[in-house]
Amino acid sequence: MRKKHYYTCINCPLSCSLELVEEDGEILEVTGQECEAGRRYAEEEFRDPRRMVTTTVRVRNGILPLLPVVSTAPIPKSLVREAVRALADVEVEAPVRDGQVIYRDILGTGADMVASRRLDRLD
Amino acid sequence: MAKVRKPDLVVIGAGPAGLGAALAAREAGLRDVMLIERDVELGGILPQCIHDGFGSIVFGETLTGPQYAQRFIDRVEKADMDIKLNTMVLDLRPDRSLTAVNSRDGILEIKPRAVVLAMGCRERTRHQVLIPGYRPAGVICAGAAQRDINIEGLMPGRRVVILGSGDIGLIMARRFTLEGAEVEGVYEIMDHPGGLTRNLVQCLHDYDIPLHLSHTVTFIHGRKRVEAVTVSRVDGNLKPMPGTERLVPCDTLVLSVGLIPENELSRRAGVVLDPATGGPVVDERMETSVEGIFACGNVMNVFDLVDYVTHTAEVAGRAAAEYVLRGVARKPEALRVRPGRNVRFVVPQLLRGYGGEVSFYFRVSRPERAVRARLVTGGIPLAAKRARMVRPPEMVRLRADPERLVEALSRGDLTVEVVPEDEGPERQG
Ligand SMILES: Cc1cc2nc3c(=O)[nH]c(=O)nc-3n(C[C@H](O)[C@H](O)[C@H](O)COP(=O)(O)OP(=O)(O)OC[C@H]3O[C@@H](n4cnc5c(N)ncnc54)[C@H](O)[C@@H]3O)c2cc1C
Ligand code: SF4
Repeated sequence: MRKKHYYTCINCPLSCSLELVEEDGEILEVTGQECEAGRRYAEEEFRDPRRMVTTTVRVRNGILPLLPVVSTAPIPKSLVREAVRALADVEVEAPVRDGQVIYRDILGTGADMVASRRLDRLD
Repeated sequence: MAKVRKPDLVVIGAGPAGLGAALAAREAGLRDVMLIERDVELGGILPQCIHDGFGSIVFGETLTGPQYAQRFIDRVEKADMDIKLNTMVLDLRPDRSLTAVNSRDGILEIKPRAVVLAMGCRERTRHQVLIPGYRPAGVICAGAAQRDINIEGLMPGRRVVILGSGDIGLIMARRFTLEGAEVEGVYEIMDHPGGLTRNLVQCLHDYDIPLHLSHTVTFIHGRKRVEAVTVSRVDGNLKPMPGTERLVPCDTLVLSVGLIPENELSRRAGVVLDPATGGPVVDERMETSVEGIFACGNVMNVFDLVDYVTHTAEVAGRAAAEYVLRGVARKPEALRVRPGRNVRFVVPQLLRGYGGEVSFYFRVSRPERAVRARLVTGGIPLAAKRARMVRPPEMVRLRADPERLVEALSRGDLTVEVVPEDEGPERQG
Protein backbone atom coordinates (compact mmCIF):
# COMPACT_ATOMS: atom_id res chain seq x y z
CA MET A 1 0.00 0.00 0.00
CA ARG A 2 1.20 3.45 -0.94
CA LYS A 3 1.34 5.95 1.91
CA LYS A 4 2.36 9.58 2.26
CA HIS A 5 4.20 11.01 5.24
CA TYR A 6 4.74 14.70 5.96
CA TYR A 7 7.74 16.23 7.70
CA THR A 8 9.11 19.71 8.35
CA CYS A 9 12.83 19.88 7.73
CA ILE A 10 14.63 21.44 10.72
CA ASN A 11 18.12 21.65 9.27
CA CYS A 12 17.89 25.29 8.28
CA PRO A 13 15.49 28.23 8.78
CA LEU A 14 13.77 27.59 5.44
CA SER A 15 11.82 24.78 7.14
CA CYS A 16 10.77 23.05 3.92
CA SER A 17 7.59 20.98 4.03
CA LEU A 18 8.60 17.52 2.94
CA GLU A 19 6.41 14.78 1.53
CA LEU A 20 7.62 11.22 1.53
CA VAL A 21 5.83 8.54 -0.47
CA GLU A 22 6.35 4.95 0.56
CA GLU A 23 5.05 1.53 -0.44
CA ASP A 24 5.34 -1.29 2.07
CA GLY A 25 8.20 0.41 3.83
CA GLU A 26 10.10 1.19 0.67
CA ILE A 27 10.68 4.88 -0.03
CA LEU A 28 9.51 5.83 -3.52
CA GLU A 29 9.88 9.56 -3.49
CA VAL A 30 10.64 12.63 -1.38
CA THR A 31 9.44 16.04 -2.55
CA GLY A 32 9.31 19.58 -1.19
CA GLN A 33 12.97 19.87 -0.19
CA GLU A 34 15.17 22.63 -1.54
CA CYS A 35 18.33 20.64 -0.94
CA GLU A 36 19.75 17.18 -0.29
CA ALA A 37 19.72 17.62 3.50
CA GLY A 38 15.93 17.66 3.36
CA ARG A 39 15.75 14.34 1.54
CA ARG A 40 18.11 12.75 4.05
CA TYR A 41 16.13 14.17 6.93
CA ALA A 42 12.82 12.79 5.58
CA GLU A 43 14.37 9.38 4.99
CA GLU A 44 15.78 9.25 8.51
CA GLU A 45 12.53 10.45 10.01
CA PHE A 46 10.73 7.67 8.18
CA ARG A 47 13.20 4.81 8.70
CA ASP A 48 14.68 5.46 12.11
CA PRO A 49 13.75 8.71 13.83
CA ARG A 50 15.96 9.35 16.86
CA ARG A 51 16.00 11.96 19.61
CA MET A 52 18.25 12.90 22.48
CA VAL A 53 16.71 12.29 25.90
CA THR A 54 16.93 14.99 28.56
CA THR A 55 15.18 14.75 31.91
CA THR A 56 15.92 14.84 35.63
CA VAL A 57 16.50 12.23 38.35
CA ARG A 58 16.11 12.63 42.11
CA VAL A 59 19.12 13.38 44.28
CA ARG A 60 19.75 12.57 47.96
CA ASN A 61 21.69 15.14 50.04
CA GLY A 62 22.31 17.46 47.13
CA ILE A 63 22.22 21.25 47.11
CA LEU A 64 19.23 20.80 44.79
CA PRO A 65 16.61 18.04 44.78
CA LEU A 66 17.03 17.16 41.09
CA LEU A 67 19.88 16.35 38.73
CA PRO A 68 19.55 16.98 34.97
CA VAL A 69 20.64 14.05 32.79
CA VAL A 70 21.21 13.64 29.07
CA SER A 71 21.68 10.63 26.79
CA THR A 72 25.12 10.04 25.27
CA ALA A 73 23.48 9.47 21.86
CA PRO A 74 20.06 9.87 20.28
CA ILE A 75 17.76 6.91 20.88
CA PRO A 76 14.74 5.76 18.82
CA LYS A 77 12.03 8.36 19.13
CA SER A 78 9.44 5.75 20.08
CA LEU A 79 11.41 4.96 23.25
CA VAL A 80 11.81 8.50 24.60
CA ARG A 81 8.71 8.50 26.80
CA GLU A 82 9.54 5.10 28.22
CA ALA A 83 13.11 6.20 28.93
CA VAL A 84 11.89 9.25 30.86
CA ARG A 85 9.49 7.04 32.80
CA ALA A 86 12.27 4.60 33.71
CA LEU A 87 14.42 7.47 34.93
CA ALA A 88 11.63 8.83 37.12
CA ASP A 89 12.38 6.02 39.60
CA VAL A 90 16.12 6.63 39.73
CA GLU A 91 17.67 8.29 42.75
CA VAL A 92 21.34 9.18 43.13
CA GLU A 93 23.49 10.30 46.04
CA ALA A 94 25.27 13.68 45.94
CA PRO A 95 27.94 14.74 45.12
CA VAL A 96 27.67 14.05 41.39
CA ARG A 97 30.34 14.85 38.82
CA ASP A 98 29.53 16.48 35.49
CA GLY A 99 29.34 13.62 32.95
CA GLN A 100 29.01 10.89 35.59
CA VAL A 101 27.11 7.87 34.26
CA ILE A 102 23.75 7.68 36.02
CA TYR A 103 22.06 4.88 34.08
CA ARG A 104 23.79 2.48 31.75
CA ASP A 105 22.39 1.32 28.40
CA ILE A 106 18.93 2.86 28.69
CA LEU A 107 16.28 0.39 27.41
CA GLY A 108 18.96 -1.56 25.58
CA THR A 109 19.60 1.28 23.14
CA GLY A 110 23.32 1.36 23.84
CA ALA A 111 23.09 4.97 25.07
CA ASP A 112 23.96 5.85 28.66
CA MET A 113 22.34 8.61 30.67
CA VAL A 114 24.93 10.98 32.16
CA ALA A 115 24.75 13.91 34.58
CA SER A 116 24.63 17.18 32.65
CA ARG A 117 26.05 19.25 35.51
CA ARG A 118 28.04 18.98 38.70
CA LEU A 119 25.90 18.76 41.81
CA ASP A 120 27.52 19.37 45.18
CA ARG A 121 26.58 17.79 48.46
CA LEU A 122 24.64 19.82 50.95
CA ASP A 123 26.64 20.11 54.15
CA MET B 1 29.16 52.62 57.94
CA ALA B 2 30.05 49.83 55.54
CA LYS B 3 33.59 49.63 54.19
CA VAL B 4 33.86 50.67 50.54
CA ARG B 5 35.26 48.02 48.18
CA LYS B 6 37.10 49.25 45.07
CA PRO B 7 37.54 46.42 42.55
CA ASP B 8 38.61 47.03 38.96
CA LEU B 9 35.37 45.62 37.61
CA VAL B 10 31.99 44.54 38.89
CA VAL B 11 29.91 42.20 36.73
CA ILE B 12 26.25 42.16 37.74
CA GLY B 13 24.62 38.79 37.04
CA ALA B 14 26.27 35.38 36.59
CA GLY B 15 24.38 33.87 33.67
CA PRO B 16 26.29 33.05 30.49
CA ALA B 17 26.64 36.80 29.84
CA GLY B 18 28.17 37.61 33.22
CA LEU B 19 30.37 34.50 33.31
CA GLY B 20 31.66 35.19 29.79
CA ALA B 21 32.33 38.87 30.51
CA ALA B 22 34.12 38.20 33.81
CA LEU B 23 36.33 35.58 32.16
CA ALA B 24 37.14 37.77 29.18
CA ALA B 25 38.08 40.63 31.51
CA ARG B 26 40.37 38.38 33.58
CA GLU B 27 41.97 36.99 30.44
CA ALA B 28 42.53 40.53 29.17
CA GLY B 29 44.57 41.17 32.31
CA LEU B 30 42.19 42.67 34.87
CA ARG B 31 43.16 41.43 38.31
CA ASP B 32 40.39 42.41 40.66
CA VAL B 33 37.10 41.23 39.15
CA MET B 34 33.98 40.91 41.28
CA LEU B 35 31.04 38.83 40.06
CA ILE B 36 27.74 39.44 41.83
CA GLU B 37 24.79 37.04 41.55
CA ARG B 38 21.56 37.12 43.51
CA ASP B 39 20.88 33.40 43.02
CA VAL B 40 22.48 30.64 45.13
CA GLU B 41 24.56 29.35 42.23
CA LEU B 42 26.26 30.43 39.01
CA GLY B 43 24.73 29.90 35.57
CA GLY B 44 21.75 32.24 35.38
CA ILE B 45 18.77 30.72 33.63
CA LEU B 46 20.74 27.84 32.09
CA PRO B 47 20.59 25.29 34.94
CA GLN B 48 16.83 25.06 34.41
CA CYS B 49 17.08 24.67 30.60
CA ILE B 50 17.82 20.94 30.75
CA HIS B 51 17.04 20.28 27.07
CA ASP B 52 19.82 20.23 24.48
CA GLY B 53 20.60 22.56 21.59
CA PHE B 54 23.01 25.00 23.20
CA GLY B 55 26.52 25.78 22.05
CA SER B 56 26.57 24.74 18.40
CA ILE B 57 28.36 27.97 17.41
CA VAL B 58 30.66 28.43 20.43
CA PHE B 59 31.64 24.78 20.96
CA GLY B 60 30.62 23.15 17.66
CA GLU B 61 28.53 20.59 19.52
CA THR B 62 25.10 20.60 21.06
CA LEU B 63 24.94 20.74 24.82
CA THR B 64 22.18 21.01 27.39
CA GLY B 65 21.78 24.32 29.22
CA PRO B 66 23.46 22.98 32.41
CA GLN B 67 26.36 21.54 30.36
CA TYR B 68 26.89 24.84 28.58
CA ALA B 69 26.88 26.69 31.91
CA GLN B 70 29.16 24.11 33.54
CA ARG B 71 31.95 24.75 31.02
CA PHE B 72 32.00 28.43 31.98
CA ILE B 73 31.53 27.78 35.70
CA ASP B 74 34.55 25.45 35.74
CA ARG B 75 36.69 28.15 34.14
CA VAL B 76 35.38 30.94 36.35
CA GLU B 77 36.09 28.94 39.50
CA LYS B 78 39.70 28.53 38.42
CA ALA B 79 40.11 32.13 37.34
CA ASP B 80 40.52 33.62 40.81
CA MET B 81 37.85 36.23 41.13
CA ASP B 82 35.69 37.52 43.90
CA ILE B 83 32.40 35.66 43.44
CA LYS B 84 29.52 36.90 45.54
CA LEU B 85 26.53 34.56 45.43
CA ASN B 86 23.24 35.20 47.22
CA THR B 87 23.98 38.85 46.72
CA MET B 88 21.56 41.32 45.20
CA VAL B 89 22.60 44.59 43.64
CA LEU B 90 20.09 47.15 44.89
CA ASP B 91 21.34 50.33 43.33
CA LEU B 92 23.68 51.51 40.62
CA ARG B 93 24.52 55.17 40.19
CA PRO B 94 25.79 57.22 37.23
CA ASP B 95 29.26 57.45 38.84
CA ARG B 96 29.30 53.57 38.70
CA SER B 97 29.16 53.18 42.45
CA LEU B 98 26.76 50.50 43.59
CA THR B 99 25.07 49.08 46.64
CA ALA B 100 24.56 45.37 47.13
CA VAL B 101 23.28 43.28 50.00
CA ASN B 102 23.69 39.76 51.30
CA SER B 103 23.12 38.06 54.62
CA ARG B 104 26.82 37.65 55.44
CA ASP B 105 28.35 41.04 54.63
CA GLY B 106 25.16 43.04 55.10
CA ILE B 107 25.21 46.17 52.96
CA LEU B 108 28.13 46.38 50.54
CA GLU B 109 29.23 49.72 49.13
CA ILE B 110 31.29 49.20 45.98
CA LYS B 111 33.11 51.68 43.79
CA PRO B 112 34.47 49.78 40.78
CA ARG B 113 36.36 51.38 37.92
CA ALA B 114 34.06 49.68 35.40
CA VAL B 115 30.75 47.82 35.44
CA VAL B 116 29.30 45.15 33.14
CA LEU B 117 25.53 44.82 33.18
CA ALA B 118 24.53 41.16 32.69
CA MET B 119 21.20 40.91 34.50
CA GLY B 120 19.43 38.96 31.76
CA CYS B 121 15.71 39.25 31.21
CA ARG B 122 12.42 38.46 32.86
CA GLU B 123 9.13 37.10 31.64
CA ARG B 124 6.12 39.09 30.62
CA THR B 125 3.29 38.28 33.00
CA ARG B 126 -0.46 37.89 32.78
CA HIS B 127 -0.77 41.49 33.83
CA GLN B 128 0.93 42.60 30.66
CA VAL B 129 -1.32 40.60 28.34
CA LEU B 130 -4.56 41.60 30.08
CA ILE B 131 -6.69 38.47 30.23
CA PRO B 132 -10.05 39.01 31.91
CA GLY B 133 -11.29 36.60 34.54
CA TYR B 134 -10.65 35.79 38.16
CA ARG B 135 -7.20 35.51 39.69
CA PRO B 136 -7.06 31.86 40.62
CA ALA B 137 -3.98 29.77 41.32
CA GLY B 138 -2.69 27.88 38.29
CA VAL B 139 -1.67 30.76 36.02
CA ILE B 140 2.08 30.53 35.65
CA CYS B 141 4.82 31.85 33.36
CA ALA B 142 6.60 29.24 31.25
CA GLY B 143 10.02 29.94 32.76
CA ALA B 144 8.65 29.68 36.28
CA ALA B 145 7.06 26.34 35.38
CA GLN B 146 10.42 25.26 33.96
CA ARG B 147 12.09 26.10 37.25
CA ASP B 148 9.44 24.23 39.25
CA ILE B 149 9.70 21.06 37.18
CA ASN B 150 13.43 20.95 36.42
CA ILE B 151 14.99 22.40 39.57
CA GLU B 152 12.50 22.12 42.42
CA GLY B 153 10.83 18.87 41.40
CA LEU B 154 7.31 20.28 41.60
CA MET B 155 4.52 19.73 39.07
CA PRO B 156 2.57 22.96 38.55
CA GLY B 157 -0.43 21.13 37.03
CA ARG B 158 -1.88 18.11 35.28
CA ARG B 159 -4.07 19.54 32.55
CA VAL B 160 -2.35 22.36 30.78
CA VAL B 161 -3.15 25.05 28.22
CA ILE B 162 -0.26 27.10 26.88
CA LEU B 163 -0.72 30.68 25.71
CA GLY B 164 1.98 31.90 23.33
CA SER B 165 4.25 29.87 21.08
CA GLY B 166 7.58 31.29 22.24
CA ASP B 167 10.42 28.79 22.59
CA ILE B 168 10.10 28.37 26.33
CA GLY B 169 6.37 27.62 25.95
CA LEU B 170 7.06 25.01 23.27
CA ILE B 171 9.80 23.40 25.31
CA MET B 172 7.51 23.28 28.33
CA ALA B 173 4.74 21.67 26.27
CA ARG B 174 7.09 18.73 25.72
CA ARG B 175 8.37 18.74 29.27
CA PHE B 176 4.87 18.68 30.80
CA THR B 177 3.93 15.83 28.46
CA LEU B 178 7.01 13.78 29.34
CA GLU B 179 6.31 14.31 33.02
CA GLY B 180 2.87 12.80 32.56
CA ALA B 181 0.66 15.88 32.28
CA GLU B 182 -1.79 16.42 29.47
CA VAL B 183 -1.18 19.47 27.27
CA GLU B 184 -4.40 20.37 25.52
CA GLY B 185 -2.81 22.76 23.07
CA VAL B 186 -0.75 25.87 22.39
CA TYR B 187 -2.62 29.05 21.44
CA GLU B 188 -0.86 31.82 19.53
CA ILE B 189 -2.45 35.20 18.80
CA MET B 190 -0.24 35.88 15.76
CA ASP B 191 -0.73 34.07 12.46
CA HIS B 192 2.79 32.65 12.67
CA PRO B 193 4.56 30.77 15.45
CA GLY B 194 6.77 32.68 17.89
CA GLY B 195 9.38 29.98 18.41
CA LEU B 196 12.06 28.29 16.35
CA THR B 197 10.96 25.64 13.83
CA ARG B 198 13.17 23.07 15.52
CA ASN B 199 11.12 23.49 18.68
CA LEU B 200 7.79 23.36 16.83
CA VAL B 201 8.76 20.03 15.31
CA GLN B 202 10.50 18.39 18.24
CA CYS B 203 8.25 19.70 21.01
CA LEU B 204 4.79 19.82 19.42
CA HIS B 205 4.69 17.53 16.32
CA ASP B 206 6.60 14.76 18.08
CA TYR B 207 3.98 14.65 20.82
CA ASP B 208 0.88 15.47 18.75
CA ILE B 209 0.27 18.70 20.63
CA PRO B 210 -1.90 21.01 18.51
CA LEU B 211 -0.86 24.60 17.75
CA HIS B 212 -3.74 27.02 17.20
CA LEU B 213 -2.55 30.12 15.38
CA SER B 214 -4.63 33.34 15.42
CA HIS B 215 -6.15 32.29 18.74
CA THR B 216 -6.01 33.70 22.22
CA VAL B 217 -7.33 33.08 25.72
CA THR B 218 -10.23 35.44 26.42
CA PHE B 219 -11.34 34.33 29.88
CA ILE B 220 -9.89 32.48 32.84
CA HIS B 221 -12.47 30.48 34.80
CA GLY B 222 -12.21 29.32 38.39
CA ARG B 223 -12.02 31.24 41.62
CA LYS B 224 -9.55 29.27 43.72
CA ARG B 225 -7.82 27.26 41.03
CA VAL B 226 -8.05 27.48 37.24
CA GLU B 227 -10.95 25.29 36.09
CA ALA B 228 -11.04 26.16 32.40
CA VAL B 229 -10.16 28.88 29.92
CA THR B 230 -12.17 30.33 27.07
CA VAL B 231 -10.24 30.53 23.82
CA SER B 232 -11.28 32.58 20.81
CA ARG B 233 -10.13 33.09 17.26
CA VAL B 234 -8.82 36.59 16.49
CA ASP B 235 -9.27 38.68 13.36
CA GLY B 236 -6.63 40.53 11.32
CA ASN B 237 -6.41 43.23 13.99
CA LEU B 238 -5.85 40.61 16.71
CA LYS B 239 -9.34 41.27 18.14
CA PRO B 240 -11.23 38.21 19.41
CA MET B 241 -14.10 37.30 17.07
CA PRO B 242 -17.51 36.89 18.75
CA GLY B 243 -19.03 33.49 18.23
CA THR B 244 -15.71 31.64 18.06
CA GLU B 245 -15.39 31.01 21.81
CA ARG B 246 -14.57 27.52 23.00
CA LEU B 247 -14.35 26.35 26.61
CA VAL B 248 -11.22 24.34 27.38
CA PRO B 249 -11.18 22.61 30.77
CA CYS B 250 -7.75 22.71 32.41
CA ASP B 251 -6.13 23.28 35.80
CA THR B 252 -3.15 25.31 34.59
CA LEU B 253 -2.57 28.14 32.13
CA VAL B 254 1.07 28.53 31.13
CA LEU B 255 2.05 31.91 29.69
CA SER B 256 4.83 32.12 27.15
CA VAL B 257 4.28 35.66 26.01
CA GLY B 258 7.74 37.08 25.73
CA LEU B 259 10.76 38.25 27.66
CA ILE B 260 11.80 41.75 28.65
CA PRO B 261 15.40 42.83 29.36
CA GLU B 262 15.90 43.43 33.07
CA ASN B 263 16.99 47.07 33.25
CA GLU B 264 15.83 48.54 36.56
CA LEU B 265 19.43 49.09 37.61
CA SER B 266 20.47 50.47 34.23
CA ARG B 267 17.71 53.05 34.47
CA ARG B 268 18.84 54.12 37.92
CA ALA B 269 22.34 54.65 36.57
CA GLY B 270 20.98 56.88 33.85
CA VAL B 271 21.75 54.44 31.03
CA VAL B 272 19.81 55.35 27.88
CA LEU B 273 17.53 52.52 26.75
CA ASP B 274 16.38 51.74 23.21
CA PRO B 275 12.58 51.43 23.09
CA ALA B 276 12.89 48.89 20.27
CA THR B 277 15.05 46.41 22.21
CA GLY B 278 14.15 47.32 25.78
CA GLY B 279 17.88 47.28 26.54
CA PRO B 280 20.68 49.85 26.66
CA VAL B 281 21.86 51.67 23.57
CA VAL B 282 25.43 50.39 23.08
CA ASP B 283 28.34 50.93 20.74
CA GLU B 284 30.47 48.22 19.17
CA ARG B 285 32.39 47.70 22.44
CA MET B 286 29.05 47.24 24.22
CA GLU B 287 29.56 50.45 26.14
CA THR B 288 26.33 52.14 27.22
CA SER B 289 25.61 55.88 27.31
CA VAL B 290 27.31 56.01 30.73
CA GLU B 291 31.08 55.85 30.37
CA GLY B 292 32.60 52.77 31.94
CA ILE B 293 29.30 50.88 32.08
CA PHE B 294 29.07 48.04 29.55
CA ALA B 295 26.24 45.60 28.81
CA CYS B 296 25.92 42.14 27.30
CA GLY B 297 23.52 39.24 26.84
CA ASN B 298 19.80 39.41 27.34
CA VAL B 299 19.93 42.63 29.31
CA MET B 300 20.80 44.25 25.97
CA ASN B 301 18.11 42.57 23.91
CA VAL B 302 16.59 39.13 24.05
CA PHE B 303 18.73 36.69 22.07
CA ASP B 304 17.36 33.32 21.04
CA LEU B 305 20.80 31.70 20.95
CA VAL B 306 23.03 31.53 23.98
CA ASP B 307 26.05 31.43 21.67
CA TYR B 308 25.41 35.04 20.66
CA VAL B 309 25.09 35.96 24.32
CA THR B 310 28.58 34.59 24.89
CA HIS B 311 29.95 36.59 21.96
CA THR B 312 28.57 39.87 23.27
CA ALA B 313 29.93 38.99 26.71
CA GLU B 314 33.44 38.53 25.37
CA VAL B 315 33.31 41.89 23.64
CA ALA B 316 32.02 43.64 26.76
CA GLY B 317 34.50 41.96 29.11
CA ARG B 318 37.48 42.76 26.92
CA ALA B 319 36.36 46.36 26.43
CA ALA B 320 35.87 46.85 30.16
CA ALA B 321 39.40 45.55 30.77
CA GLU B 322 40.88 47.89 28.17
CA TYR B 323 38.99 50.77 29.64
CA VAL B 324 40.42 50.12 33.09
CA LEU B 325 43.96 49.06 32.11
CA ARG B 326 44.72 51.39 29.27
CA GLY B 327 42.24 54.12 29.95
CA VAL B 328 40.76 53.71 26.47
CA ALA B 329 38.34 56.58 26.77
CA ARG B 330 35.13 56.68 24.88
CA LYS B 331 35.30 58.32 21.49
CA PRO B 332 32.83 61.18 21.53
CA GLU B 333 31.68 60.83 17.91
CA ALA B 334 29.31 58.04 16.98
CA LEU B 335 27.48 56.93 13.86
CA ARG B 336 23.95 55.69 14.33
CA VAL B 337 23.14 52.25 13.02
CA ARG B 338 19.51 52.37 11.98
CA PRO B 339 17.05 49.61 11.21
CA GLY B 340 16.03 49.78 7.53
CA ARG B 341 13.72 47.73 5.33
CA ASN B 342 12.23 44.72 7.15
CA VAL B 343 14.49 45.20 10.18
CA ARG B 344 12.93 45.74 13.61
CA PHE B 345 16.04 46.66 15.56
CA VAL B 346 19.82 46.39 15.43
CA VAL B 347 22.47 46.11 18.13
CA PRO B 348 24.89 47.73 18.55
CA GLN B 349 23.03 50.92 17.79
CA LEU B 350 26.18 53.05 17.62
CA LEU B 351 29.51 52.75 15.86
CA ARG B 352 32.44 54.79 17.10
CA GLY B 353 35.18 53.21 15.03
CA TYR B 354 37.57 51.50 17.45
CA GLY B 355 38.71 49.09 14.75
CA GLY B 356 38.26 45.34 14.66
CA GLU B 357 35.47 43.23 13.27
CA VAL B 358 31.96 44.12 14.44
CA SER B 359 28.97 41.81 14.58
CA PHE B 360 25.57 43.41 14.15
CA TYR B 361 22.60 41.48 15.46
CA PHE B 362 19.10 42.16 14.23
CA ARG B 363 15.60 40.77 13.95
CA VAL B 364 13.29 41.09 10.96
CA SER B 365 9.71 42.37 11.18
CA ARG B 366 8.18 39.73 8.93
CA PRO B 367 9.18 36.43 7.36
CA GLU B 368 10.75 36.75 3.92
CA ARG B 369 12.41 34.38 1.46
CA ALA B 370 15.46 34.76 -0.74
CA VAL B 371 16.93 37.89 0.76
CA ARG B 372 20.18 39.70 1.23
CA ALA B 373 20.94 41.36 4.57
CA ARG B 374 23.15 44.41 4.13
CA LEU B 375 24.86 47.11 6.08
CA VAL B 376 24.82 50.24 3.92
CA THR B 377 25.95 53.81 4.12
CA GLY B 378 25.08 56.37 1.47
CA GLY B 379 23.72 53.59 -0.74
CA ILE B 380 26.98 51.61 -0.59
CA PRO B 381 26.94 48.16 1.02
CA LEU B 382 29.75 47.54 3.53
CA ALA B 383 28.74 44.02 4.41
CA ALA B 384 26.19 41.63 2.99
CA LYS B 385 24.98 38.15 3.55
CA ARG B 386 22.45 36.02 1.76
CA ALA B 387 19.70 34.12 3.47
CA ARG B 388 17.18 31.80 1.91
CA MET B 389 14.76 32.63 4.67
CA VAL B 390 14.50 35.09 7.54
CA ARG B 391 11.90 34.93 10.32
CA PRO B 392 11.22 37.16 13.32
CA PRO B 393 12.12 34.49 15.93
CA GLU B 394 15.57 33.90 14.46
CA MET B 395 18.10 36.60 15.14
CA VAL B 396 20.47 37.35 12.27
CA ARG B 397 24.15 38.14 12.71
CA LEU B 398 25.94 40.24 10.12
CA ARG B 399 29.69 40.60 10.48
CA ALA B 400 31.42 43.63 9.09
CA ASP B 401 35.09 43.84 8.38
CA PRO B 402 37.04 46.63 10.09
CA GLU B 403 38.43 48.35 7.02
CA ARG B 404 35.07 48.81 5.43
CA LEU B 405 33.74 50.21 8.69
CA VAL B 406 36.52 52.79 8.85
CA GLU B 407 35.48 53.91 5.38
CA ALA B 408 31.96 54.34 6.69
CA LEU B 409 33.05 56.80 9.33
CA SER B 410 33.61 59.47 6.74
CA ARG B 411 30.29 58.85 5.06
CA GLY B 412 27.69 59.20 7.77
CA ASP B 413 25.08 56.99 9.32
CA LEU B 414 24.59 53.30 8.65
CA THR B 415 21.51 51.28 7.90
CA VAL B 416 20.94 47.57 8.26
CA GLU B 417 18.33 46.36 5.79
CA VAL B 418 16.93 43.22 4.29
CA VAL B 419 16.29 43.37 0.56
CA PRO B 420 15.13 40.84 -2.03
CA GLU B 421 18.06 38.78 -3.23
CA ASP B 422 17.89 39.94 -6.84
CA GLU B 423 17.93 43.64 -5.98
CA GLY B 424 21.15 45.33 -6.96
CA PRO B 425 24.60 43.88 -7.65
CA GLU B 426 26.67 42.08 -5.03
CA ARG B 427 29.05 44.66 -3.57
CA GLN B 428 30.27 42.81 -0.59
CA GLY B 429 32.75 43.89 2.06
C1 LIG C 1 12.96 30.97 31.37
C2 LIG C 1 13.96 31.13 30.25
C3 LIG C 1 14.27 30.01 29.45
C4 LIG C 1 15.16 30.14 28.39
N1 LIG C 1 15.42 29.05 27.62
C5 LIG C 1 16.34 29.16 26.63
C6 LIG C 1 16.68 28.05 25.85
O1 LIG C 1 16.10 27.00 26.02
N2 LIG C 1 17.64 28.18 24.88
C7 LIG C 1 18.30 29.37 24.67
O2 LIG C 1 19.20 29.45 23.82
N3 LIG C 1 17.97 30.44 25.40
C8 LIG C 1 17.00 30.36 26.35
N4 LIG C 1 16.66 31.44 27.06
C9 LIG C 1 17.32 32.66 26.70
C10 LIG C 1 18.45 32.76 27.69
O3 LIG C 1 18.05 33.72 28.62
C11 LIG C 1 19.79 33.08 27.08
O4 LIG C 1 20.18 32.05 26.20
C12 LIG C 1 20.86 33.25 28.15
O5 LIG C 1 20.68 32.40 29.24
C13 LIG C 1 20.86 34.65 28.61
O6 LIG C 1 22.00 34.85 29.40
P1 LIG C 1 22.19 36.08 30.33
O7 LIG C 1 23.44 35.83 31.08
O8 LIG C 1 22.05 37.32 29.53
O9 LIG C 1 20.93 36.07 31.32
P2 LIG C 1 20.52 35.07 32.50
O10 LIG C 1 20.91 33.68 32.22
O11 LIG C 1 19.09 35.35 32.76
O12 LIG C 1 21.39 35.58 33.75
C14 LIG C 1 21.15 36.81 34.41
C15 LIG C 1 21.59 36.68 35.84
O13 LIG C 1 21.61 37.95 36.47
C16 LIG C 1 21.17 37.82 37.80
N5 LIG C 1 20.70 39.11 38.27
C17 LIG C 1 19.73 39.90 37.72
N6 LIG C 1 19.58 41.03 38.44
C18 LIG C 1 20.46 40.98 39.46
C19 LIG C 1 20.77 41.86 40.55
N7 LIG C 1 20.14 43.02 40.71
N8 LIG C 1 21.73 41.50 41.42
C20 LIG C 1 22.39 40.31 41.25
N9 LIG C 1 22.14 39.45 40.25
C21 LIG C 1 21.19 39.77 39.36
C22 LIG C 1 20.07 36.78 37.70
O14 LIG C 1 19.84 36.15 38.93
C23 LIG C 1 20.64 35.81 36.67
O15 LIG C 1 21.36 34.77 37.24
C24 LIG C 1 15.76 31.37 28.12
C25 LIG C 1 15.45 32.48 28.92
C26 LIG C 1 14.56 32.37 29.98
C27 LIG C 1 14.21 33.59 30.80
S1 SF4 D 1 15.50 20.89 2.74
FE1 SF4 D 1 17.41 22.03 2.69
S2 SF4 D 1 16.73 24.11 2.33
FE2 SF4 D 1 14.90 23.01 2.99
S3 SF4 D 1 14.83 23.30 5.23
FE3 SF4 D 1 15.95 21.41 4.85
S4 SF4 D 1 18.09 22.04 4.86
FE4 SF4 D 1 16.87 23.91 4.57
